[in-house]
Amino acid sequence: MTRTLGRIALVLGLPAILLVTWWFASAGSTSFYQPPLETIVKVFPDTWTAARFKSDVVPSLIRLFIGYGLALVVGIGLGVLIGANRRLRSLLEPILEFLRAIPPPVLVPILILIAGIGNPTKVLVIVVGGVWPVLLNTVEGVRGVDDVLSDTCRSYKIHGWLRIRTFILRAASPQIVVGARQALSICIIMMVIGELLGATDGLGYTVVEFQRGFQIPEMWSGVFVLGLLGVLLSLAFTLVERRVLNWYHGARAAERSGH
Amino acid sequence: MTTSPPILRRAGDNPALLGLVGLLGFGALLEILPRVGVLPAEYFPPTSKIVSALVDEFGRAGFWRAVAGTVTTWLIGLTIAVVAGIVLGIVIGSIPALRLATASTIEFLRPIPSVALLPLAIVLFSAPVRSILLLVVYASFWQVLIQVLHGVTDVDPVARETAASYRLGRWRQARYLVWPTTLPYAMTGIRLAAAVALVLTITGELLIGGTKGIGEEINVAQSSIAVPSMYALIVVAGLIGLLANLATRRAERIVLAWHPSVRRELPL
Amino acid sequence: MLEISSLRKTYGGQGREVEAIGNITLTVADGQFACVVGPSGCGKTTLLRCLGGLLTPTSGEVRVNGQVVTGPPDGLAIVFQEYGRSLFPWLRVGENIELPLKSKGLPRAERQQIVTDSLKAVGLADAGKAYPWQLSGGMQQRVAIARAIAFQPKVMLMDEPFAAVDAQTRADLEDLVRTVWKRFGMTMLFVTHDIDEAVYLGQRVVMLSSSPTHVMENLDIDLPDDRDQLKTRSDARFVELRTHVYARIQEAKGANGQSPVPTAP
Repeated sequence: MTRTLGRIALVLGLPAILLVTWWFASAGSTSFYQPPLETIVKVFPDTWTAARFKSDVVPSLIRLFIGYGLALVVGIGLGVLIGANRRLRSLLEPILEFLRAIPPPVLVPILILIAGIGNPTKVLVIVVGGVWPVLLNTVEGVRGVDDVLSDTCRSYKIHGWLRIRTFILRAASPQIVVGARQALSICIIMMVIGELLGATDGLGYTVVEFQRGFQIPEMWSGVFVLGLLGVLLSLAFTLVERRVLNWYHGARAAERSGH
Repeated sequence: MTTSPPILRRAGDNPALLGLVGLLGFGALLEILPRVGVLPAEYFPPTSKIVSALVDEFGRAGFWRAVAGTVTTWLIGLTIAVVAGIVLGIVIGSIPALRLATASTIEFLRPIPSVALLPLAIVLFSAPVRSILLLVVYASFWQVLIQVLHGVTDVDPVARETAASYRLGRWRQARYLVWPTTLPYAMTGIRLAAAVALVLTITGELLIGGTKGIGEEINVAQSSIAVPSMYALIVVAGLIGLLANLATRRAERIVLAWHPSVRRELPL
Repeated sequence: MLEISSLRKTYGGQGREVEAIGNITLTVADGQFACVVGPSGCGKTTLLRCLGGLLTPTSGEVRVNGQVVTGPPDGLAIVFQEYGRSLFPWLRVGENIELPLKSKGLPRAERQQIVTDSLKAVGLADAGKAYPWQLSGGMQQRVAIARAIAFQPKVMLMDEPFAAVDAQTRADLEDLVRTVWKRFGMTMLFVTHDIDEAVYLGQRVVMLSSSPTHVMENLDIDLPDDRDQLKTRSDARFVELRTHVYARIQEAKGANGQSPVPTAP
């Protein structure tokens, strides 16, 4: 009982202290740009209504999921191809190193120039940002598959799709997950940037509209929503990761205990 | 014994040579495709045009000021993030109570996308450089902090007990036990942070504007629809990224030359 | 039936060549249990990988059941030394055994039956749902053996399968291999660096010299068919045989690869 209470206190303690401090420190604030936390909380329900969710949050999320999904599919697909082929890897390595080094946001103006500011561009912006960590980590993961398992597959005649599905992808999955997690945060960033640089709806667009319209408490509430989105998606990712990499963590733990 | 050295070592198997062929092929492809009309030339200028735009940029004083501006902002932001990350990481990591108390807060703050703070950064600071720095520091700080936290807690329990049994003091333990264990993690954190910081620096310049930097130059090129210049500047951004990457890897190797183990990157 | 004729394997190139296998000619008859011993570093693993079709020999050829080996041959299963790395850690024990059967295209019900039977044959009837890393080393190697049995091979190759398990587990696993071999009647080629193990298990012991490797001696093991860890190992004939093998291996080590042909005893 006391232990559970202790745990709860540890988890919630600091956040509670921080929020309370903020609440009281900002209570009498007359600064236009730093409104009291109370004001921000008050405008929240009126700002983030069901209608607004439908008109701005949902479109953003749909674009994010499509873009992220495409980044995963393209990144893993190409990654398996490149990782499994030594010559292809040597051929493409310098190009990939270079392309990866380009900060993805600088591509947004070019993409807008090429494809306008419609939904396809915004999805493309997300894909272009997210594909690199997935691709490069998949290449690394596929390259690092165990030789003994590889020999096992050969001698037990496990070929083709069965081999990719049950061996290559699974063996590379710890690395792929690392890339997928990096990609998720980049994709959220790219989603916002895509909406900042030319859009008529979406979460990023809304927040910047508030800022431009000097609706500061509403803007703060928007920052909260964006932050919350990041936190929730990261949480969801952790849950998926735990399922996908259950075997990995188990095997690592067994290894450490000197099994 | 399980891996056989390659039997056929033909010239085609030389990785460096293949890489060069790949780069040249990539350049040639981007030269030919717009010329034969597969890609629209007005949006995809052929490689030669990008290269000549790049050469033009190199001759322009404003361009070098922009590069210097970007690099300066990047380095300042990175330094703040690294120092803060290492100091806080070691303090939080070595005091168990503090570690437990801050865990949930860190887990909550870390995934907040840095660009979410963009409007805040704009309204809070009147100087654009400060707004950009806020984004840069926020994004790269976590990379360092998380790695250092992992490093501090990774100290070998046997080594810790050995140190305790020889009655090494707190300071000595930190100096000879905690720091050497943490260093490789910190270096990984710095490498990751350097990449993130550069992305955020250029993003900030692109979105906030008002400072000398590559991002600002891209904005200018975009508004004057100077397409080859835009590509040239993107190439420059990539080159800066590449150099930053090489430099941090180099630094990592030099700093960790004595270290017995090559540590795996943590899945974050 | 396993036929190896004038097998030679060199590594490297670009000036420096390492001869891993000098010249090996060897035939293992259908259903025979042959053990291969040799000093460490004599290319046992290279030999086995050539037999399994995982390496292409520099010259000479290998035939499994009359077919020249160019890739992993049909009807041949390998049990690797590194049990921890040869089982798929993301698949449960049952799924590990089932996977090769899937690629054989067997229907589901039949696969399940074979998995159950082969787990039973290695004494792990209840372990099907566990992950390999939840089992001890010896049990993991049993799973690897079960997977090989389930593949229903005519020829089974074992590459120092018990090098990494403790002595007691090792004795159990040796008896298990004998039992499996008797029950399924496959041709067995067992590579080991342990002389006692080779003499205890095999109907025949093939001694290799150190590199460049060739066959130094073929020795028939005329011990009774029923082997017992206690009785067989204290048998005077067993001691005699192992002493002989030991002496020959020492000789091969002494030759140290400088002169490939050791003097006859």
